[in-house]
Amino acid sequence: MQSDLKGIVSRMRSGMRIAVPVDYAGVSMALTRPMIEAGLRDLDLVCVPTGGLQVDMLVGAGCVRSVETSAVSLGEAGGAPRFNAAVKEGSIKVIDATCPAVHAGLIAAQKGSPFLPLRGLIGTDVLANRPDWTVIDNPLSDQKDPVVLIPAIHPDVAIFHAPMADRHGNVWIGRRRELAPMAYAARETYVTVDRIVEGNLLADEMTGAGVLPALYVSAVAEAPKGAWPYGLWGEYNADVDELKRYAAAARTQEGFDAYMSETAKQGEPA
Amino acid sequence: MSSVLPREILITTIARLLEGVRHVAVGASSPMPAAGAMLRRALDEKERTVRLSILGSVEHNFFTNGSCELFDSAGQGRIDAFFLGGGQIDGQANVNLVGVGDYPQVKVRWPGSFGSAYLYFVVPKVILFREEHTPRVMVEKVDFVSAPGFSDPEVYRPGGPVALLTGKGLFSFDKTRPGFTLESTHEGESLASIQEATGFAFEHADSVPQTPAPDAATLKLLRSRVLDELEETYPAFAADWRRDLAALSVPA
Repeated sequence: MQSDLKGIVSRMRSGMRIAVPVDYAGVSMALTRPMIEAGLRDLDLVCVPTGGLQVDMLVGAGCVRSVETSAVSLGEAGGAPRFNAAVKEGSIKVIDATCPAVHAGLIAAQKGSPFLPLRGLIGTDVLANRPDWTVIDNPLSDQKDPVVLIPAIHPDVAIFHAPMADRHGNVWIGRRRELAPMAYAARETYVTVDRIVEGNLLADEMTGAGVLPALYVSAVAEAPKGAWPYGLWGEYNADVDELKRYAAAARTQEGFDAYMSETAKQGEPA
Repeated sequence: MSSVLPREILITTIARLLEGVRHVAVGASSPMPAAGAMLRRALDEKERTVRLSILGSVEHNFFTNGSCELFDSAGQGRIDAFFLGGGQIDGQANVNLVGVGDYPQVKVRWPGSFGSAYLYFVVPKVILFREEHTPRVMVEKVDFVSAPGFSDPEVYRPGGPVALLTGKGLFSFDKTRPGFTLESTHEGESLASIQEATGFAFEHADSVPQTPAPDAATLKLLRSRVLDELEETYPAFAADWRRDLAALSVPA
């Protein structure tokens, strides 16, 4: 159960479908560089429901085949430079979604159901470009009532970062409940945490209510400040200056490469 | 020189558009909609509780079920108003958040549709807000429909656009036509200047009034309580605002 960053990455394979969380929910930035260094290729990323720096870095490093997402950006630091360039060049496939559709796909998988119906979407070019989404007439209505079926999303792997886990593999996710469907839906879930705590997080009702149980967790690695330069809810704020530094550097592929090799020497943040 | 900042007129206009709402949701990176919602809450305080859900805020966000709760509560009819921007907005209130050119290999890629393809359908009062009012934003027809301004009658659609507020003026939206009507022009703008900046046709009265400035009491509320509240989520925006206020009080 307890592992380290290299141990986790050794379980990933090229061509896998990998789910990653939105920038404020706990992004395992600590796994990004080991994934790049392991030479993973042709990854199909699923952003839950949007992506940011981790997606941009994996794209810039040539690890990605497709990105299914409702959006990719660096938030306050602006657009995602390597993602945007790759879309323009056509070097990755982008599968545009809308936030609740990504959640719906994961929740369908969580329930072991083939799909979940979702309102909205009809008449959008998002739907027009999703041959995997199907419009049916609501069979429970006696009037014409078109509704969209979102097929279950089954990632091979889900990765995220959380404040703490215990040695049994129980992970505390607090109010960030969208992390749970990611884990339910994925075959394997790898979590990095700021700290491993003694005892059992399920023993206390207060912490237990916010726990993703070890049943859904394949491996945990300790990575202090492992969401940096993103923030972690209740723990630390995003390092917006660093995000801006990346955004400026990664405007070109050369700048991205230089940023990545320069920050590799710096090692872990303080 | 005017004693009211242009952004104060925009925020006051947003608060006016929010009259009567119980629960407003504001997306990430939207300081003026957030300020408008905070002003509404302050104005209504004695009569009712206006709830605010500001994404990215800790203090003004009471969701406990992750990022899907916003969409779930909108689907349940618990969110009365929301804001949408758009890289392109057209005369039928279609919104494009994806990019310019032929999809998927667009010339300019924007982040993506976010929740628009859902929220535009289910939130009763969607306010389109985009400060940049130029022919490249206000287009005849969007290159990609992230979310459509209106739907066929058989489509479930309790929600949709009610207004478009820009840095130049305020439009209302009539879904039966469908199309926009220019309701007012901001200080320094005219019907002609707005027509020149707009890539789509719109209706208007022979004489279009000026967007009203806040009265003294509202302005005071805006510059004290709302500005203070806004600071938690949007420190940079609040600091800019304070700086501009300081400059305003310096005699010319």
